[in-house]
Amino acid sequence: MEIVKAAIAGTLESSDCMVTVEPGEGSVELELESAVIRQYGRQIRKIALETLDRLGVQDAKVRIVDKGALDCTIKARVEAAVYRSVGQRADLPWGGAIV
Amino acid sequence: MPVEIVLVKYTRELKINAVGRDIPEEILKITGKEVFQGNNYKEGVEYHKQGPIVKPVLDHNTSKMVGSIREALIKCGAHDGMTLGFHHHFREGDLVVNMVMKEVHDMGFKDVTICASSLGKAHDALLPYIEDGTITGIQSSGVRGKIGEAISRGKLQKLAIMRSHGGRVRAIQSGETVLDISFIGAPTCDDYGNCKGIGGKSDCGVLSYSFVDGQHANKVVAITDCLVPFPNFPADIAMTRVDYVCVVDAIGIPEKIATGAAKPTTDVRKLMMADYCTQVVINTPWFKDGFSYQTGVGGASIASAASLAKIMEERGIKMGFAVGGMSKGMVDMLDRGLVGKLLDTQDFDLFAVNSVKRPNHHRISAGAYANPFNKGCFVNKLDYVVLAALEVDTHFNCNVVVGSDGMITGAQGGHPDAAQGAKCTIVICPLLQGRIPAICTDVTTVTTPGESIDVVVTDYGVAVNPARQDILDALKAADCVPLKTIEELRDIAYKIVGEPDPVQFGDRIVGIIEARDGTIMDVVREVKDYTV
Repeated sequence: MEIVKAAIAGTLESSDCMVTVEPGEGSVELELESAVIRQYGRQIRKIALETLDRLGVQDAKVRIVDKGALDCTIKARVEAAVYRSVGQRADLPWGGAIV
Repeated sequence: MPVEIVLVKYTRELKINAVGRDIPEEILKITGKEVFQGNNYKEGVEYHKQGPIVKPVLDHNTSKMVGSIREALIKCGAHDGMTLGFHHHFREGDLVVNMVMKEVHDMGFKDVTICASSLGKAHDALLPYIEDGTITGIQSSGVRGKIGEAISRGKLQKLAIMRSHGGRVRAIQSGETVLDISFIGAPTCDDYGNCKGIGGKSDCGVLSYSFVDGQHANKVVAITDCLVPFPNFPADIAMTRVDYVCVVDAIGIPEKIATGAAKPTTDVRKLMMADYCTQVVINTPWFKDGFSYQTGVGGASIASAASLAKIMEERGIKMGFAVGGMSKGMVDMLDRGLVGKLLDTQDFDLFAVNSVKRPNHHRISAGAYANPFNKGCFVNKLDYVVLAALEVDTHFNCNVVVGSDGMITGAQGGHPDAAQGAKCTIVICPLLQGRIPAICTDVTTVTTPGESIDVVVTDYGVAVNPARQDILDALKAADCVPLKTIEELRDIAYKIVGEPDPVQFGDRIVGIIEARDGTIMDVVREVKDYTV
């Protein structure tokens, strides 16, 4: 999936995260800021990269500002940001790329 | 003799203590301390109490009044390397520590150790004095705010020592810490040094934590913003112990010293934990007429005390005494005749401050409350204590000082004291704080040993320490709370949030957590910036 324009999903509320995606410069670049980075930085990075991979995103700048979100929240926010960036708001692949 | 303590590199030689923590040999050498070997290791071990240097006042023309803190420092023989004592009864409204340390700094003194009963965000202004070497040692119940962060980042030259309220009294009385000068912020004081916690514009109710300063500091300076006619009696700190009296504009910010009563919580999670806690109390054998109790000021603790009061009224059960920090809940119980005596060491709200003047509301010293090295203190007579914790692990060890991210962010207070003393120690702790699991495999830093903790109440169930089969049997028979093992609670937490990675620490040890008896419970390591 190709990131067409900058898009955003999520909030900065506690237990949520805000995900911003933009067209990249040839690869996936992930910037992470987290309230729990010392304990969960590795795991957040892993879940974000896995989600991007599953969506077939290979070229994007992604920024996550995390306020202690659970993995399911991070995944959902990344998916929402990516689909918004391509302008797809209907016929989302539930059960497919969105597991 | 006070021991000289400097920061050291972590070495390979370790000694494992009774809570399974590795205490580097180097730290033992430098501090001259032993590793923690269980709660009652020092039972009956005799020692000689140290007395202060006393400068007698015989001449009736001698005045104790000084015109400024600077003059007080000069008259007290302030010098490089001195140790200064402070109390924290003004809580987040304290102005005394910063006021004195500014003068100490401006006079150019270096290498000063602060021995305070606690330090908080009110003392963020001390940060530059740590950075420029004015302050090189901190001994406190704990530290919040910028100073905690500075210690965790290795900015303090010597090891920080975190000790409980009882532990501070022990350290001073045994001579381990020698206070060169103690400053007692006194809401009211006369010209001869009779200090009271009551009255004036910075009313804090009690002066419990500074009794030991009055008794053992070599020089004692009373700082007040309300000079009253002699004699200010009955005094908390008597004139016989005070060298100088200094009047300043303000020693505290009243609205930050004692707040209004905390609003009763409506958070269903806290109310559920409060209910579990109350059920634990009323279904264990010590809940009978004359029982004793200590609680805190967290939302769940307050709610539990309120529901307990209702049950006590219904069943005609009265509490013999309540001890520790006081707030509206306990004052209400006194009003309703539900408690015999309040034994007060600290006042959290205006209700408690104003109640101090009444009969059966007694002011006690931190030593009488919790010092493990006297001939028996009040916590030993506790049936129940309700506490909180940042983390509890599967060995029931509690952490109340170091955040899960490794940063020093809290204080022991009387936690280890009351936890050891009480027959039934209950810790209320929500399973998760945001994404951080409060019930975990190993706490970041041990402040209170698992052997002191009997029951852990969470929003996902209640765990009883397997060492307390009697409590487990009582709660099983009553079928009053959802019982889980501590491992089950940890597993539920990890299933929701994932297992946390261990925090990455640097090599340097920046502080020690002292057990009540002065042995080493744990060490605090420098935090380092996170790398994947």
